[in-house]
Amino acid sequence: MKALNIIYNGLVKQNPTFVLILGMCPTLGTTSSALTGLSMGLATLFVLICSNVAISALKNFVPDKVRIPAFIIIIASFVTVLQMVMQAWLPALYGALGIFIPLIVVNCILLGRAESFASKNGVIASACDGIGIGLGFTCALTVIGALREFLGTGCIFGAHIYPESYGSLLFVLAPGAFIVLGFLIAIFNRLTNKA
Amino acid sequence: MIEYIAIIITAIFVNNIVFAQFLGICPFIGVSKNLDSAIGMGAAVTFVMAVATCVTWILQYFVLVPLGLAYIQTILFILVIAVLVQMLEIIIRKISPSLYAALGVFLPLITTNCAVLGVAIIVTQKDFSLLQSIVYAVSTAIGFTMALTIFAGIRTQLALYDIPRPMRGVPAALLVAGLLAMAFMGFSGIKIG
Repeated sequence: MKALNIIYNGLVKQNPTFVLILGMCPTLGTTSSALTGLSMGLATLFVLICSNVAISALKNFVPDKVRIPAFIIIIASFVTVLQMVMQAWLPALYGALGIFIPLIVVNCILLGRAESFASKNGVIASACDGIGIGLGFTCALTVIGALREFLGTGCIFGAHIYPESYGSLLFVLAPGAFIVLGFLIAIFNRLTNKA
Repeated sequence: MIEYIAIIITAIFVNNIVFAQFLGICPFIGVSKNLDSAIGMGAAVTFVMAVATCVTWILQYFVLVPLGLAYIQTILFILVIAVLVQMLEIIIRKISPSLYAALGVFLPLITTNCAVLGVAIIVTQKDFSLLQSIVYAVSTAIGFTMALTIFAGIRTQLALYDIPRPMRGVPAALLVAGLLAMAFMGFSGIKIG
């Protein structure tokens, strides 16, 4: 029950994209289609779970003064593992996501969760937090990607919904990313009555 | 010479780091609330980006590549940038207290600014020479400062208007950024050299 609560908390109440507004660069840069958004979300989910588990397991051995550099090294190691795995088995996807895979290291979501959750809680709770926040990020990226792909080319995950010529290419290009995210955050604010 | 001009124009206008490459968005949204802090942040980023790109380029081509360790690039670069920012903070505080007073608050934020690590990785992917890398880093940072300053100017005006409640703050800022990105798309036809 507690585990489910932590996951729900990360998915909705503290959604990293719509509520905490963290990790904006990959959110805007990799959501030109639903598929790239989903894969970027899953890549971040993987690193987040691994780093949360490792950091909470090692929290008693890391001196307090050097904890931030230690967290960064742990995160960077898992990102390197991810890079090597993707280069070996998913080279096309690795090419499409490009620079944003190594840049998971400086995604503020990861260091933020390490500092505010994993360094204070047990291994299982931290893993749940990683799953919740990671899924929240993945869902947000997939929704933004699907919406941009739908408005821009008339497809979702490559499946045609309306003819491509009616779509507005603007939404696939850079300005569409900012505009779609702006409206989605406003809708999320309205629904949760935060504002 | 024309090659360097091409790098400068491309990095500032055509491939602007914020509006076309989506790097450094967090400080772009967070720090751009007034003009003074936008310019301070821009200056700090320019300084760190130039030094960091120079150091990581030397490490990449004199240490990682000869030793066949290119796969630990990400770990090494982020460590170097974190150490460098700390060192710069200490050095600036000793040498120029007035510069420290102006840039001090922004320096710790820069370690997690993805634009710095991003530029360090991009120059190794593009096979730039050392001089080309530094020119690219400085002009990218100028593009970043310009984006931040324009945006801060618009946001101080925006604060005076009555915006629907759920749109206030970040959503309105993102829409403005979208319009600016559209304006910057106008540069994409430029071709030099």
